[in-house]
Amino acid sequence: MVRIQIVAITASILFLLYIARLIIKGKLREEYSIVWIVCTVVLILFSFWREGLEIIAHTLGVFEAPNLVFTGAIFAVFIYLLHLSVVVSKLHAQNKQLAQDIALLKEKMEKK
Amino acid sequence: MKIAVIVPAYNEEKSIADVVKDVNFIAQENSLHIDVIVINDYSGDTTSEIISRLNCVALNLPINLGIGGAVQTGFKYALENGYDCAIQIDGDGQHPANEIPKLVNACIQNKLDVVIGSRFISNEGFQSSAIRRFGINYFKRLIAFLVGVSINDSTSGYRLINRKAMEIVNEYYPDEYPEPEAIILYSLYKLKIGEVSVTMKERQGGVSSIGKSASVYYMFKVTLAILFTFIRIKFKK
Repeated sequence: MVRIQIVAITASILFLLYIARLIIKGKLREEYSIVWIVCTVVLILFSFWREGLEIIAHTLGVFEAPNLVFTGAIFAVFIYLLHLSVVVSKLHAQNKQLAQDIALLKEKMEKK
Repeated sequence: MKIAVIVPAYNEEKSIADVVKDVNFIAQENSLHIDVIVINDYSGDTTSEIISRLNCVALNLPINLGIGGAVQTGFKYALENGYDCAIQIDGDGQHPANEIPKLVNACIQNKLDVVIGSRFISNEGFQSSAIRRFGINYFKRLIAFLVGVSINDSTSGYRLINRKAMEIVNEYYPDEYPEPEAIILYSLYKLKIGEVSVTMKERQGGVSSIGKSASVYYMFKVTLAILFTFIRIKFKK
């Protein structure tokens, strides 16, 4: 095993453990952890199986295998960011609804 | 006719008392059944204490929602409590209360669902800055192009809506800079919109929700919102 493999695998496993810790402590909801777990597992997989990257890059017609990694990673980050914007928009709408209901209810209570 | 006058207030401690008193005075003078509803949009100043002592319904939001969310809270209150129409006026004293009967009369006589108090029909009183007038002209054309309604002052927040319109804004009302977008909303739901000429004053206190540097963002954001609202409602039908 090459040194870079050991570094990559150790880092990935530590990251995975940190995600697990966040979930256990209730700081990260499971549905948002899935994407991180999948990404980390993929990283670990290719850390062990280095030729695999070359094979996939070759099949897709990418000349330099590392380019595939960067493209894939950036794409994944974009999609995930978009997903988070959707989540925030939904929270925003729910927050607004709650605030309005609270204001109306408070007024109703004070009137009595 | 039971009328709700909706006043969104965000840090308006200097002007809010006068606004509420003026409206109540006009109501008495014209023997109109008016209740003032002040929505305190989580002000950091003493707005909440001031309005609790005034002759008005005080709705205190637990977080800051911005002008659209605050006004919508008022519309929801008016709808829930059986008001026949709701008139929105600013909390900073820009909209003089003595124009309220004019809006109400226009609603009754012309059988309108939405009445907009416009600065640009007789060009009297405070006319606002050149850049804002340019924006207003632009929105006038955009709205006329999309829904074929010509509104001279689409950014005016001085407006009356009846229960039909309240039911629409109860479901959806834009958060930021809601005025031009709301017109698209009303006209796509086939409501009758009219304008009456009103005289506006320069604001008595507080700051505008639109700063100078924000005007470009304003135009861009509202254009996007107008287009998407237009598409959304067109396709829903």
